[in-house]
Amino acid sequence: MKKAIAAVSAAVMLTACGEGASKGIEPKVYTDSLFSVMKADRTNYTKLIIKRLGPAGSSSIAPDEHWEDKANGAPLPAQMFRFGAEAVAEMTDDFTYSLQSLWPVNAQNGPRTDVEKAGLQYIADNPGENYYGEEELGGVTYFTAVYPDVAVAAPCVDCHNGHKDTPRSDFKLGDVMGGVVIRVPM
Amino acid sequence: MIGGGKSLWALWLLCSLMLIGYFAKPLITQRDQGVFLMGEMTHGHHQIAMECSACHTDPFGGKEILQNACVDCHGEELSAVRDSHPKSKFTNPRNADRIEKLDARFCIACHVEHRLDKTNAMGVTLPNDFCFECHQEIGEERPSHAGMGFETCASAGCHNFHDNQALYEDFLLEHANEPMFAEVAKVLARNAQDYRKTEATPLTADDADGVVVNQEITSHWLGSAHAEAGVNCSGCHASETQTKNWVQHPDHQVCANCHEQETAGFLAGKHGMKMGLGLPPMRVAEARIPMHPEAAHKSLSCSSCHEPHRVDTQYAAVEACSSCHASTHVQNFKASPHAQIAVNKPDAEEEQVTCATCHMPRTVAPNGRVSVEHNQNANLRPNEKMIRGVCMDCHSLSFSIDALADPELIERNFSGRPSVHIPSIEMSLERDKKHSEKASVYN
Repeated sequence: MKKAIAAVSAAVMLTACGEGASKGIEPKVYTDSLFSVMKADRTNYTKLIIKRLGPAGSSSIAPDEHWEDKANGAPLPAQMFRFGAEAVAEMTDDFTYSLQSLWPVNAQNGPRTDVEKAGLQYIADNPGENYYGEEELGGVTYFTAVYPDVAVAAPCVDCHNGHKDTPRSDFKLGDVMGGVVIRVPM
Repeated sequence: MIGGGKSLWALWLLCSLMLIGYFAKPLITQRDQGVFLMGEMTHGHHQIAMECSACHTDPFGGKEILQNACVDCHGEELSAVRDSHPKSKFTNPRNADRIEKLDARFCIACHVEHRLDKTNAMGVTLPNDFCFECHQEIGEERPSHAGMGFETCASAGCHNFHDNQALYEDFLLEHANEPMFAEVAKVLARNAQDYRKTEATPLTADDADGVVVNQEITSHWLGSAHAEAGVNCSGCHASETQTKNWVQHPDHQVCANCHEQETAGFLAGKHGMKMGLGLPPMRVAEARIPMHPEAAHKSLSCSSCHEPHRVDTQYAAVEACSSCHASTHVQNFKASPHAQIAVNKPDAEEEQVTCATCHMPRTVAPNGRVSVEHNQNANLRPNEKMIRGVCMDCHSLSFSIDALADPELIERNFSGRPSVHIPSIEMSLERDKKHSEKASVYN
């Protein structure tokens, strides 16, 4: 009997150790890391492709919302980012991300959940800071992180200020224009 | 008494075995599975109703199995038309509350099969105001839309759920002020001969290598593009893909040896979808749309429209269609302004309009080769799919939208002018006027 109890205790302890070891990376570190990759790619596409080769640069490409209808059309940086999010969603359920704003050109990209609303407001009110929260959506609990999306180049500002669907037309370089929302199921 | 009991048991066993066999046979042979049909099929799939496994690819599995089947047949087309509501728009958890009401990640949320009694236009089995679920605030976002019924979004010629290539706002603006007729109204010119894989010397009557010499057939063949391209009798009748032996009636797979794209289109449309699944060819009698009774016995293959030795594309473009189809629209074609072009300008082939001009339009590949889309269903519904690839070759966007929104005009085969007007272009212009582009402060 004693042997059996000892064996069960050992198994429980080993399981507990295993659980501790498999906890892995903290959600915040995970989402922060994901965002750094996203931000780097997004900034590079905006500065190295759109700004350099678009109308304000060599004019060799025409960044356009309807880029597929232009022989030299190129997706806008926000579209490029969304295509990435959609492609990732095809590959994994381990995390999702989206680009949103309190001043979205497409109203469908405005905040929908309470955490999105609070997070987008927080990063707009506190430039340079991120927002972290938890929420339950569709019966699943998510760790949700909201990161500022900043106007890094003139085309961002020009396009958003001039777009007929924009709810805000006084953006300046360096302003927080929206946020990247990353969710990890807990 | 005991003997009677045994007989009853034997009878019961026999009946049970017969019943099992009755249901097991279609499962094992994967054929004639109509016994399992749970309701009448929609117009899109009725031809393949007996081929359950076309959609139910796995007996174990839920919506994903069906979704994969939908995507297998329709996914490429949806991508090509830049689907406005792809699955990826709904997978983010932020839409969890929406998909609880309308799970648009799956085709069957809107297109339930086996429910013909509840199926509306475009195979939709939801009430027509389904756009409300996600766009209920459109009246506030676009004051011009305030008060419009949600059942009109996709039924009034303004929007489609999937294909909005000819209806999006910037496209409307780009083509807002075009004249009703293009200055030069022409379809794409044929150029397939410039893209032949190999150079060939045209063949003569002496070259014909048929096993049976038939003067009429030889004469037809000599006048065809096949002889001109060096395709001899044996090229089709003794095709390597089938057999070295002589084949009296080569099938579509032989045609596909050279006409791969055209055959693929044929097999994707309603003319060839049965053959595409390895079923017997579609028979005219099986059609659910008006057909000539005298054509009921015909079945559909490449040679139904393309008489195999003459390869007369003029016949294939009009008479072949009207020899089977008997709708009012088809019957009114001969008297239509479109048909009159051929009467008035018999030599201007690129200006003439045939059934095929609209329903099997010429398309141009990235390499410049012009070919004919042989899936006549590809641009049929919703009919706004025809606007960019067909109507706008000759007509303005505004006229095209109005004409396609007028069922009576369509029935008259476009004799007359549209009696309806869709104001989407005016609405776009009005909105554009109010929001002039703000000048850049950086450039």
